[in-house]
Amino acid sequence: MTASRSTTLSEAESKRILAVHGVPVVEEQVASDPGEAARAADGLGYPVVVKLCGPVIAHKTERGLVRLNLRDSSAVRAATEDLLGAAGPEDGDVQVLVSRMVRGVRELIAGAHRDPQFGPVVMVGVGGVLAEALADVAFRLVPLTAVDAAEMIEDLRTARLLGPLRGEPAVDRDRLATVLMALSALMQGDDSVRSVDVNPLIVVDGVPVAVDALVEVEP
Amino acid sequence: MSRAAGTASEELEAVPVPGSDPSQGFRALFEPRGVAVAGASSHPGKFGFVALHNILRHDFPGPVFAISLSGEEVLGLQALRSADELPDGGADLVVVCTPAAANVELLRACAARGVKAAFVTTAGYGEAGTEGERAEAELKEVAHELGVLLAGPNGQGLISTPASLCAQIVAPYPPPGRIAIVSQSGNFVSSFMNFAIQTGIGVSRAVSAGNASATTVPDYLAYYADDPATAVSLAYVEGLPDGRAFFDRIRPLAARKPIVVLKGGASPGGARAAASHTGALAADDKVFDGACRQAGVIRAATVEEAFEAAATFATQPLPRGPRVVVYTSAGGWGVVTADAISHSSLELLPLPEDLRADLDARLPPRWSRNNPVDLAGGETRDTIPECMELVARHPDVDAVIYLGMGIQSNEARLMPRAPGRPLRRGRGDGVGGDRQARVDRHRAGRYPSRQPGPGHRAGHGPSLLLVRQPRCRRP
Repeated sequence: MTASRSTTLSEAESKRILAVHGVPVVEEQVASDPGEAARAADGLGYPVVVKLCGPVIAHKTERGLVRLNLRDSSAVRAATEDLLGAAGPEDGDVQVLVSRMVRGVRELIAGAHRDPQFGPVVMVGVGGVLAEALADVAFRLVPLTAVDAAEMIEDLRTARLLGPLRGEPAVDRDRLATVLMALSALMQGDDSVRSVDVNPLIVVDGVPVAVDALVEVEP
Repeated sequence: MSRAAGTASEELEAVPVPGSDPSQGFRALFEPRGVAVAGASSHPGKFGFVALHNILRHDFPGPVFAISLSGEEVLGLQALRSADELPDGGADLVVVCTPAAANVELLRACAARGVKAAFVTTAGYGEAGTEGERAEAELKEVAHELGVLLAGPNGQGLISTPASLCAQIVAPYPPPGRIAIVSQSGNFVSSFMNFAIQTGIGVSRAVSAGNASATTVPDYLAYYADDPATAVSLAYVEGLPDGRAFFDRIRPLAARKPIVVLKGGASPGGARAAASHTGALAADDKVFDGACRQAGVIRAATVEEAFEAAATFATQPLPRGPRVVVYTSAGGWGVVTADAISHSSLELLPLPEDLRADLDARLPPRWSRNNPVDLAGGETRDTIPECMELVARHPDVDAVIYLGMGIQSNEARLMPRAPGRPLRRGRGDGVGGDRQARVDRHRAGRYPSRQPGPGHRAGHGPSLLLVRQPRCRRP
């Protein structure tokens, strides 16, 4: 169970797999050059986010590889050029990911992994950059029932975060439960998936949307 | 001294012993017709003395045999020199206090005389290095081959109050009751039994699983789940290398009877696989927590809390829902209990208008007129039970927490119609307790309606029960 023996999929590929399993994923497109990125952004509608995307890129935020809130095509072109230029040889084959900028005051985290003692487990918690420090998370063993999914959401210490908050409606718990059930199904259906991180899972108008994701698989 | 709590049992199930069924072994362990102590000794410092002494002292009603190489007289019993001298079928349980090297031969001789279960107290097995591991594997194999249920080794013994059996190398012997205990730490068994002695809330069976080489914690829990003498199981576990197998086995058991688990040895399991946030956050304690919730197992944080939870399940009916009325003659207790409820998933039921009016008609005007129902000293020995009855009968009330601490309620306890009595009675003539017990019977087995003993913390215990009730599955 060491990191070195596994491979991570690119953010785009990770999200594609999640979407197939029914996880709501932010609208996005992969682009290989500034022109393509600008066209993608025009299609998605502004503002957008541009991120460097590749199979071995992690810690995007720490490395400054995420450009938020870009409002026009020239900003998208410039950001794309920057990011592709910032990639080193160790980053391998890279592209950029252009996605709609979604807003929500609440960031959740959802995930799954194969626990050495308990086998596949699914997690939900308070997400964002403080996720690990807060560690307000709940786990269940795969397979989850609908009741398990509902109860693990209730188990969060800060379950109050899920109610109406700062002008935003309450989190749709059924939709959130659906995400957890999807992760359970993914872990159950594909033995090669070692772990899944969906962080953040931003709550947009009450609906959790996967904004970043990382799927780790057997090499 | 502990070992995996979920490993060996699957093998046992997979390869049934010819001509024996496991329940026969458990029956011999907890309800033996006769007991032999191997390694009996007249030296008070020896396990073989203490075990025999405890069996005799607590008046085990069946035949008791001492086996000792010396053939001496021990505690008034003429010892047999060998298990070969046991009468056929005279003992179905042997408590083994002999050195490891002697035990394989002993098991064979005992089995030949009809012994079906062996509790092995002997240390020096798997906990003591490679040689010990080999000896333990051999012991397990031989017991399996002979069809003898092997408990231990390296455990301190067992007690079974319905059988008046105290077959252990330590002293505490609890009053009879409905809590069944199994522990990977022998000393925790003693601690739980000491709580039982202090509170008067008794125990049905208790066993120290020792190295649990053949009979594991889930095996005992499976026996307890079907044991009519047991209302709730209380387990201490540590080090679960196969946590999933453990939960796969106990989940169906927890659906039949409450299981309270105390776990030691939280290990930072998930932190090893830190490639993902999820892995980093999966310290095994959190996963264990979730697995308990999922299985409907009640997890306790401390030894005290574990016993209290078990004690409450053993003595109180399960409420059918979260709506609680706090009924008290002491304002402060009502307030702190209301506070505790506000921090739980319970609800302090706003007093229904009709109930308020009914109570108004019977109480002087200074009562609280809300929930908590604080009688505020206006109660009498007649109005306490009358009003309690009204509260308990009301269809909106799922549970009553009664904090009877006033002078009047103490006085009333001495009267023929004590305040606790209507709730204390069993089905048929009771009031609230009757209804609540009946409602929950189908889900969680039958519960006695015995009132907690005088040492039980009356306010905290029931609150704990209510807070920790197994989850109610939503449709």
